Amino acid sequence: MPLKLTVNNQTMQVDAAPDTPLLWVLREHLGLKGAKFGCGVGACGACTVIVDGRAVRSCITKVSAVAGSKITTLEGLSADGTHPVQKAWDEVDVPQCGYCQSGQMMSAVALLENTPKPTDAQIDTAMNGNLCRCGTYARIREAIHRAAGQMTPALRD
Amino acid sequence: MALNRRHFLQLSALAGGGLALSLYDQPLARALGGQPEQRPPALSPRAFIHIDRTGKITIQAKNPEVGQGVRTMLPMLIAEELDVEWSQVRVEQASLDEAAYGAQFAGGSMSTPLNWEPLRRVGAAGRQLMITAAAHRWSVPEQECSTAAGRVLHTASQRSLSYGELADDAVALPVPDSASLQMKNPKDYKIIGKFTSGVDNPALLTGKPLFGIDVALPGMLHAVYQKCPVFAGKVKSANLDQIKAMPGVRHAFIVEGTVRAAAVVQSDPGLEPGIAILADTWWQAQAARKAMKVVWDTAAGSPTAPAQSSKGFDDKAAQLLKQPPGHTLRAYGDVDAAFKSAAKTVEATYAYPFLVHGALEPQNTTARFDNGKLEVWTTSQAPGGGRRLVAHELGIAESDITVHMTRTGGGFGRRLMNDYMLEAAWISREVKAPVQVLWSREDDFAHDAYRPAGWHGFKAGLDAQGRVVAWRQHLVTFGEGEHAAPSAGIGPDEFPSGRVPNYFIGHSAMPLWLRTGPMRAPGANAIAFVGQSFLDEVAHAAGRDPLDLQLELLAATPVPSAEPARPGGYVFRPERLAGVLQQVAEESGWRSRKRASGTGMGIAAYACHLGYCAEVAEVTVDAANRVRVNKVWAVADVGHQIINPSGARAQVEGAIIEGMGHTALEVTMAGGQMEQSNYPQYRLPRIRQTPEMHISWRITPNPPTGLGEPALPPAIPAICNAIFAATGKRIRTLPLAKSGFSLA
Repeated sequence: MPLKLTVNNQTMQVDAAPDTPLLWVLREHLGLKGAKFGCGVGACGACTVIVDGRAVRSCITKVSAVAGSKITTLEGLSADGTHPVQKAWDEVDVPQCGYCQSGQMMSAVALLENTPKPTDAQIDTAMNGNLCRCGTYARIREAIHRAAGQMTPALRD
Repeated sequence: MALNRRHFLQLSALAGGGLALSLYDQPLARALGGQPEQRPPALSPRAFIHIDRTGKITIQAKNPEVGQGVRTMLPMLIAEELDVEWSQVRVEQASLDEAAYGAQFAGGSMSTPLNWEPLRRVGAAGRQLMITAAAHRWSVPEQECSTAAGRVLHTASQRSLSYGELADDAVALPVPDSASLQMKNPKDYKIIGKFTSGVDNPALLTGKPLFGIDVALPGMLHAVYQKCPVFAGKVKSANLDQIKAMPGVRHAFIVEGTVRAAAVVQSDPGLEPGIAILADTWWQAQAARKAMKVVWDTAAGSPTAPAQSSKGFDDKAAQLLKQPPGHTLRAYGDVDAAFKSAAKTVEATYAYPFLVHGALEPQNTTARFDNGKLEVWTTSQAPGGGRRLVAHELGIAESDITVHMTRTGGGFGRRLMNDYMLEAAWISREVKAPVQVLWSREDDFAHDAYRPAGWHGFKAGLDAQGRVVAWRQHLVTFGEGEHAAPSAGIGPDEFPSGRVPNYFIGHSAMPLWLRTGPMRAPGANAIAFVGQSFLDEVAHAAGRDPLDLQLELLAATPVPSAEPARPGGYVFRPERLAGVLQQVAEESGWRSRKRASGTGMGIAAYACHLGYCAEVAEVTVDAANRVRVNKVWAVADVGHQIINPSGARAQVEGAIIEGMGHTALEVTMAGGQMEQSNYPQYRLPRIRQTPEMHISWRITPNPPTGLGEPALPPAIPAICNAIFAATGKRIRTLPLAKSGFSLA
């Protein structure tokens, strides 16, 4: 039976087995390639998306568990790169290979929505589940500070 | 010091063999600071630059982008000499065509040295075409024309034409002689030397499909390929009928493989045996794999394979270290006599483990085999080598294979091997459909070409003044006789070879049935740890500052190398290494460092991949032996020009983090298979472990060289030497856990 999902403010029907991880529904059924596959066990954070305001590892989240929830992926921040987190990531030139950055940015957005002006320690705690194999962490911190305080309520919707 | 020529040759063998070498050799000689024997064949601007009538400028990025920033940096070289604004430029990824683009690979920190000169000439040739076209149009001498921001100017008549307006004329002109080109004075650079964000950022930061894993072709099937957990083991039986009946599954079949027995296993030894499962989605293929029941013949590749273990290697290495080395690499003077007459001797054994690359994007390739022709979209760092491998294994002509390079989620050397490309090509041919092979993380841990483990026995002799009078190093490695496994060897000119009066270096090799291969700063990442740590140990035994001892060795009159000098070959410049050491000492306050218990600073330096780098680390160690790396200072000398300060700095930041990771990581083997299978058992550095980093350049009048690797090796011994300074405990075996320490 098709599942109803709300992704990036759009309601969608998906015909997938209910135990399919959300990551693979996003990538293979909806063609949203922003969220990435890294480990399959929720250990690297490359697949992070926001579900009802919380950063969630989509590779270990069954799609049936998020039917009816509000799901935001990287594509949902803005299509033209104008979200404060996207802008900060470009200005600081955070990415090296860039593969983890979708997950990093979604964790950062979830952090900033709850903690508009995070300290280094708060950033480290919120971001520690996101592995960057290239080691861009210093720039991730800098970009989060740069984006901090710039997220207006309008942007959150 | 690491033999860069040797590393380069190993790499070029991987990346492309004969053709590649002929393409790289001349620019390489130039980059090495020698005189090329002849002028390199000039690359045509027509291959790289496209300007349409509307003035849109497209520049081809020739090399694979694996996070090292070349998709941005290499086009910057062209744009600078073409004399356009960076904002006017659109960058496009070139496909594999080494006749048009020169060598196309990502490895050995070679993109900068091999392309600095040729690509600026490409840009200058493009600019010259525009000037010639404008001069014809205006009937004025070319010398009266100048360029700026994508326009040709004739100041005397106050006329100007945009490159777009000249594009049609320029197409008809012959390409100017490369030697005649006027190159910019570096003080006029507008793009080179400026902080430039990655050209893919807009697409990357909005989630557009860019990576190999994002490729989707019409009618494409998704494949998993299950191989034996013991290298090259074969399938005895499997429940394929049950697998074929699972949701979405289209095919499931056994592949015999092409790996043959060898005394020394090569990095890319052919197709490993396994089972291919293809489904409509990758998740369906993966779910089917989880239901698979396979009986493996784990000894099919080698009868010794199932008995291999890390414990067994450690025991064998301990035995071999007690014996004389099986193979001498370099010996001069009389080390035994010097040890006898020395005022003091220092002896120690060092060791490091196997490591897995763990690049975040799992290995993948998309292949379409149709009517005898193959098209692949791959994440390879060495697509030319991949095409050769696939052509050989499938028995088709290289000219029947088209290779597209996608952006790649991390390389670190792993993707110099092309096994995933071969798997995709093979499976696509079998099922007569487009196929994407995507590995799981568990596949990646079980089937890497691992950074080889190694063991080193050292002995040094000191005279009464604390000078090193003799040095003996014995590497126990994998291989057979004089042949070390890939990336497992050491060179005759390893520091301090040639800088002490009596010297011996040799190796002993034990068999290994496993793939090993290059990992970021191959060789150097292990050898710097042992060599720079032991040197620190020797300095302390001599009661001297390790900085002073190293500077003394670097200033020593060298004993000529055992290797004959090669025209245009790499020459180690001790003054460059001394220069970065002195600068990092100054910037870190090394001379006035405090010696508080629990906090300490360590220093180390290394030259590899044509770059010179020195680092100082400051660590704090708590009562539970948890090590916090507080700060790292790094100084690198990679010549006279930093091309993209953002990308260059990023490479050093990443190298420091990765080096820190080396202190804490290992994969171990039991029963012929790796015991770790995913990131939870292999704890790569995280954001909260990130130290403060102070990075600077030492600008020297040398040709610009690469930064992917040189900053990694010194980070490891700098941290280990800092732990000694903080605690008095010497780290001789990695990971730190072997000595009761951990990264906080």
